[in-house]
Amino acid sequence: MEVSHIKQEINMTEALMQRINELLSHYPADKKKSALLPVLHDVQDAHDNWLSIELMDKVAEILEIKPIEVYEVVSFYTMFNRRPIGKFMFEFCQTSSCCLRGAENLIDYTCDKLGVKLGETSADGMFEVKAVECLGACGYAPMLQLGDFYKENLTKEKIDQLIEDCKEGKISLH
Amino acid sequence: MKVTIDGQTIEVAPGTTILQAARMIGGESVPPTMCYYSKLKGSGGKCRACLVEVAKGSEADPRPMPKLMASCVTGVMDGMEVNSIKSERVTEARKSVTEFLLINHPLDCPVCDQAGECDLQNLSFKHGKSQTRYIEEKRTFEPEDIGPNIQLHMNRCILCYRCVMVADQLTDNRVHGVMDRGDHSNISTCISKAIDNEFSGNMIDVCPVGALTDKTFRFKQRVWFNKPYNAHRECKTPGCCGKTTVWMFGNEIQRVTGRKDEFHEVEEFICNECRFDHKDTKDWVIEGPRKFEKDSVINQNNYTQKLDTVVIETEKGILKGRDQDRKKISMPAIPLKREEQEAFKEGNI
Amino acid sequence: MSKKILLDKINVPGIKTYEVYRREGGYASVEKALKTMTPDEIVTEVKNSGLKGRGGAGFPMGMKWSFIDKKSGNPRHLVCNADESEPGTFKDRYLMEYMPHLLIEGMITASFALEAHLSYIYIRGEYMWVYKILENAIKEAYAAGWLGKNILGTGYDLDLHVHVGAGAYICGEETALIESLEGKRGNPRIKPPFPAISGLWANPTVVNNVESIATVPYIVNNSGAEYAKIGTEKSTGTKLISASGHVKNPGVYEIELGLSVYEFMNSDEYLGGMLDDRPLKALVPGGSSVPILPAHLIYKTANGDDRLMSYESLSDGGFATGSMLGSGGFIVYNDTSCIVRNTWNFARFYHHESCGQCSPCREGTGWLEKVLHRIETGHGREEDIDLLWDIQRKIEGNTICPLGDAAAWPVAAAIRHFRDEFEYHVRFPEKIKNRDHYVAEPFEKVKHLVAKQTV
Repeated sequence: MEVSHIKQEINMTEALMQRINELLSHYPADKKKSALLPVLHDVQDAHDNWLSIELMDKVAEILEIKPIEVYEVVSFYTMFNRRPIGKFMFEFCQTSSCCLRGAENLIDYTCDKLGVKLGETSADGMFEVKAVECLGACGYAPMLQLGDFYKENLTKEKIDQLIEDCKEGKISLH
Repeated sequence: MKVTIDGQTIEVAPGTTILQAARMIGGESVPPTMCYYSKLKGSGGKCRACLVEVAKGSEADPRPMPKLMASCVTGVMDGMEVNSIKSERVTEARKSVTEFLLINHPLDCPVCDQAGECDLQNLSFKHGKSQTRYIEEKRTFEPEDIGPNIQLHMNRCILCYRCVMVADQLTDNRVHGVMDRGDHSNISTCISKAIDNEFSGNMIDVCPVGALTDKTFRFKQRVWFNKPYNAHRECKTPGCCGKTTVWMFGNEIQRVTGRKDEFHEVEEFICNECRFDHKDTKDWVIEGPRKFEKDSVINQNNYTQKLDTVVIETEKGILKGRDQDRKKISMPAIPLKREEQEAFKEGNI
Repeated sequence: MSKKILLDKINVPGIKTYEVYRREGGYASVEKALKTMTPDEIVTEVKNSGLKGRGGAGFPMGMKWSFIDKKSGNPRHLVCNADESEPGTFKDRYLMEYMPHLLIEGMITASFALEAHLSYIYIRGEYMWVYKILENAIKEAYAAGWLGKNILGTGYDLDLHVHVGAGAYICGEETALIESLEGKRGNPRIKPPFPAISGLWANPTVVNNVESIATVPYIVNNSGAEYAKIGTEKSTGTKLISASGHVKNPGVYEIELGLSVYEFMNSDEYLGGMLDDRPLKALVPGGSSVPILPAHLIYKTANGDDRLMSYESLSDGGFATGSMLGSGGFIVYNDTSCIVRNTWNFARFYHHESCGQCSPCREGTGWLEKVLHRIETGHGREEDIDLLWDIQRKIEGNTICPLGDAAAWPVAAAIRHFRDEFEYHVRFPEKIKNRDHYVAEPFEKVKHLVAKQTV
């Protein structure tokens, strides 16, 4: 499994712990492991969108499971990042319908515009472009996911605008 | 309950699987198993090597099952009729599974310590082809060190999950598991942690291929040059039976394993102390030779055949080969004659 | 306008909120069910409706409900499958985003029918904003007394929560979904036991698609017989269709089953015809895993009958000349699209989404993708086409879960109907180097190059 050795500052704030306890309340008391996926989402959101081994170990401790059980799960699902990622990660859908409506050309355009290769973070750590599989927005293609939201029916002009908005801090991710 | 497999009928208790019934019958009809392990709860169903055809569901519902079924996880019904090796569909499926398991396998048997006792070798011997249709680049993984006793070769792994089950069911703190997914799934600790639990060595015995091998035995010997003996010792480790097979070369114990039955499953699990720390014959009570099924390569060097002293009549420098042969084999500039080429292709050289 | 029962109120302003939804008659089925019906009566109504599961497999929902083990006395669970991930499908998201309370109402009524007291909605992680909409809607429903202890004073208790996934198509398979809900990797389980006997935490569990559950309120309010009057005899009711690709009006539509494919494609009420009026080349009618249909089999079946939007008509002709309604992911291809590229695209998807548990799928999906990629990028060999056929055939039917079949079928159908395009790619690699190769020169124009020579 890809593991980052970059040190991550762990900050389990009171608000985060409160949210975790709320999530835990959704499952029977002896089934804490069930809360793993939702908890990981919230923990990742609160830690610059990535999960270090230390952070995963912390989650294991809270859910009273073995660390390996967390690693196995984190590595299975695509939405958990195991290394620091660009602040604004453009996740373009690259499956059939999106390709029919020009996703591939738009991905190239975005990479050129940002001066990055697919799957790489820009030098300033601001942007990253990633191609992902079907996001369930086939009728609104081409599209991308940015944080918790979808940006749909994209054109080059809309991409330009989106990049501007990101730079100007007008985009919220959660 | 009555079940018929390849025309042979047997009476079994309710809850028996088709595979268990086939093993009771024995012989050619026993499906191969790469992931199922009777001593590990929840194992089986994954490799698909043991697929069989259910031609009649049961006396009550005689309809055939449309798909081939994994015999290791399909329960027997009264009056069920199963085709194993007798069915072309089944042998076809086994060939397919064999091919799938081999396309990304490194085929490094010559340097693999498992060679000679490898279930994948056996499977491909029976159901494989000598050619491959796979021309793509093979998948590889970064090596990972999992401690001083066990060698992990991920490239050889077929993802049977047995070693994960050993860690789950025999030890109290599993530190390795299956990471990532799809064809990049891999066995790992993620943090290169030593897997050093007292029963972790059993991962080696349950591994059907050379993905997990004994580091203390690494490159020491081809298994068929060893003489296996049943042995035991007074083991103090709670849960360890102390009954093992010791693999000897001369008077030296080169390897200690659990005692494996004809389906290559250990009879009982052993602790790491027995396995790794007692290589002195004085530590063991030797019971006698360990028998293997008759077509096992391990019998090559066993005690049932009388060993004749072999005298090799050597020409001078035979180990280097004759000059003319060496030229032809290693120097493409000197081409083989046509009939030599033919012979070379057929493997007669 | 045809009959709408799910999206009939979608345009009512504020229907997302509890107040408006309730004012428009929402939650009536809960009142009716809890106060006047027994659980078994509801199961019977759902059976009478003929409703088939809307997730893709089309298994009769009432029958699925009747399998749940009520004898053991173990707690039962209803889990809603909102892990919509089949390429071409985006209907559940639409329903949940704009009418979250319809799903919650269905969940309460259906949970009561199954005598479940703890139910979940499992939503895919990428639909994060919809997850939050549902979380809020559930809070509203708790506040209004539709969830919790002693609902409507009837003594029935129900807790409902929404659980979020994290990016894995395989979690749409019901046993993988249950594993994921238990906080594990999404590896499908070996069946039997089926979830109806041993599902979530080994308890009896029913897993149903969002659309199926959202249909329950109508059935309870109006009776199963009334629902069965909609649609055709074998395909009762309405269906949400997600339309995408080269059409004028892509989007989500509720249709009455039995509508003709021609009308759905061309009428202004629905898709409004082809984008830029280019010729229709192919159609995937039910999500990426169902067989692709070539132009001549789209509007008419092989027998010359009109092709209808129904389970039986779309599968008319079997895999040789038909397809499947599946999840209703309707993807339309015009003459600029490359079937080889699209097949590679699907193969890449399944390769990426295989859980890796069983050997035919783990190894076979990757192999399919690699061979297709070679053909698409001009490195194909003539024998690769037969090789592809053979690989898909060896995956199909031999895997733990249906993902293997889903990966095999699109490849088989593409070769079956578009073999000449594969041959063209192999024989004229320089012509297909550019990924938009058919935009400038549609296959129709170069087809003669690979036509069978007759002497």
